Amino acid sequence: MIFHPVILALLLGSLISTLMILIGAVFGSQILRQWNLSSGSQKQLNMERRTYLISTFLMFALISELLSLLLYVYNAEQMSVQFVGAMCAVGTLNANIYGFPTLIAKIILFFCAALWLMINHADNQAHDYPLIRWKYGFLIAILPIALSTAGLQLSYFLNLETDVITSCCSKLFTPDGDNVTAEMAGLDEAFALGLFYVCLALFFIIGLRFYLTKHGHRLFALASAVLFIASITAVISVISLYVYEHPHHHCPFCLLKPEYNYIGYAIYLPLFVGTALGTGAGTLASFVQIPSLQETLTGFVQRLTLASLISILIFAGIVSGAIYLSALRLF
Amino acid sequence: MKIWIERQRSLIDFTVAGLLRRKVRNLGLMAVYSCVVFILATVMLFTHSLRKEASVLLSDAPEITVQRVIMGRHALIEHTDLDVVSKIRGARHARGRLWGYFYDTANGANYTLMVPDKVHTIKQGQVQIGAGVARARDLKKGKFLFLTTNRGKLFKLQVSGILSTESELVSSDLVLMSEQDYRNFFRLPSNVYTDLVLNVRNSREVTKIAEKISAVLPDSRVITRDDILRTYESLFSWREGILLALLGGALCSFIIFAWDKTSGLSASERQEIGILKAVGWETSDILTMKLWESVLISLGAFLFAYTLAYLHVFYFSAGLLEPVLKGWAILYPQFHLTPEVDPLQVMTLLFFTVFPYVAATLVPIWRAAIIDPDTVMR
Repeated sequence: MIFHPVILALLLGSLISTLMILIGAVFGSQILRQWNLSSGSQKQLNMERRTYLISTFLMFALISELLSLLLYVYNAEQMSVQFVGAMCAVGTLNANIYGFPTLIAKIILFFCAALWLMINHADNQAHDYPLIRWKYGFLIAILPIALSTAGLQLSYFLNLETDVITSCCSKLFTPDGDNVTAEMAGLDEAFALGLFYVCLALFFIIGLRFYLTKHGHRLFALASAVLFIASITAVISVISLYVYEHPHHHCPFCLLKPEYNYIGYAIYLPLFVGTALGTGAGTLASFVQIPSLQETLTGFVQRLTLASLISILIFAGIVSGAIYLSALRLF
Repeated sequence: MKIWIERQRSLIDFTVAGLLRRKVRNLGLMAVYSCVVFILATVMLFTHSLRKEASVLLSDAPEITVQRVIMGRHALIEHTDLDVVSKIRGARHARGRLWGYFYDTANGANYTLMVPDKVHTIKQGQVQIGAGVARARDLKKGKFLFLTTNRGKLFKLQVSGILSTESELVSSDLVLMSEQDYRNFFRLPSNVYTDLVLNVRNSREVTKIAEKISAVLPDSRVITRDDILRTYESLFSWREGILLALLGGALCSFIIFAWDKTSGLSASERQEIGILKAVGWETSDILTMKLWESVLISLGAFLFAYTLAYLHVFYFSAGLLEPVLKGWAILYPQFHLTPEVDPLQVMTLLFFTVFPYVAATLVPIWRAAIIDPDTVMR
């Protein structure tokens, strides 16, 4: 199964980017130990020069990780015809035990990568590298995630056999199971939808307050994360029903199918981007007090907050549109 | 944001001017790059359209095919089995098919002899032939096709029509004849068929009905349409993957070539970087400029080569790689594939080509960017 073009591309991408993150983390540990901006030694100078290379490496590696998440899901969707019993990406991901863990690891890596890139951008705005230790410390924390993502992905593809009978999404996303997806699917529709709109409203209130007054950054980061979970729950428990116009089909992956006009991409992309920007803006605002960053960072955080609000607005618009235009009436 | 865009625009302007100044070197690089992308893209476009073609063709195929198996080999199935299958609830239009292969000693080709379904009947003594057979035997409508049975008896059949060239991919080697002629030609008794096919009223019941058939006819093999589709999908993806993996060697040598090209800065380039730094450019500016250079070269080569590959596959039938990709046969169909670009494929190709190229040039770019202006200009 490994000789599949997309699989080869994903493995190549993961090999290169993991290697780059590894190099970055090794360099990061050196920075944590020896970085001293006031020193004019050759060692310090070399380190300063090397930061350019490493941050380019990481920018490259992390952007590729973001793209590979998209490619991974899209590929799972396309490969589903090759598996007996699979009707969408769920079947492909369920073909062995590594499929879903890889996806979850990739999503975690996506958010970490996005956050790192934002911190890196902020740090590059100041002349005295104020966030350098923070940034590389975080990178060392990302390394195990990146390594395990690469390992999981490799195991998934190496163990992918087409003669396995996999299960379809209607089996996994059903209220009758005893796992977390079943809990989500089994949630009362009215409650899930209500919770979703309440979270959405709270997110906008907190976001606008943060945007206008520059207060409450931690709350905003938290609101972004909470909204993400509430949204995914709502998609599984109720929004999917409206899209499929079917009262019992809860799959969050069938949304990516051409039959539903690829609406899944239109829903998930702004949600992921909005959440990443929101948590990033909230986190970065903690560094506004640093003198060399004060001027540039305030504007950057403002822009991130606005972009996050707009992304979530687009997401909310698409979801509400899908509910409004659906022929299904649940209430 | 506006400032950022302006800045990148100016950097791109400057980079393009720089690239044009070193035309020969960059065009050489782009030519090699384009060759690599061209071959990879041709393979991918070609296999993807074959896959597509197969799935379109099979969409009209019957949902279930039943073949009798004796000693592990395909055997003729009897009329009584057809009655058994027809009675299964949910199965409809169950019918026996007559088809087989015929080796023509005259030209060494294999024909597929077949009796068309009830809708397209053919009169006894007549045949309809595929375009490939017509070419091989130099036949026109109204002429006679002579076939020799395995007992040496000559069969004379009048060509009543030649199948349209649009369907040549599947009909090139086809000879359609009446049921009576077919049974006489192969000396078949009247109660046997090559295999049975049936449709299923509700597509969700296909597996269940296949199961039931296996239970009532244990000596038979039941093949569903999805099985065939899955096999095609795996086969083509595997072929494509193997070719890509083999071409990986070419890709690696190209990456080394790109690394080498980017590392070898000429004296004038070093001086240029030195001057830029002396007039106030920062290391990050030089890095961005050089990154743009790499991105412009790779994207340019990618778009150029992809377009060429598109034309090559869809308008020139992939002439350069035809024997490798299509395989070979005496009655080879001449066909044109339906142009289609799959976003997944474009993204995969980008991952295969642009991604390693840019990655390979990062270190040389950084080396160039940290040049000390003082040492270069002296």
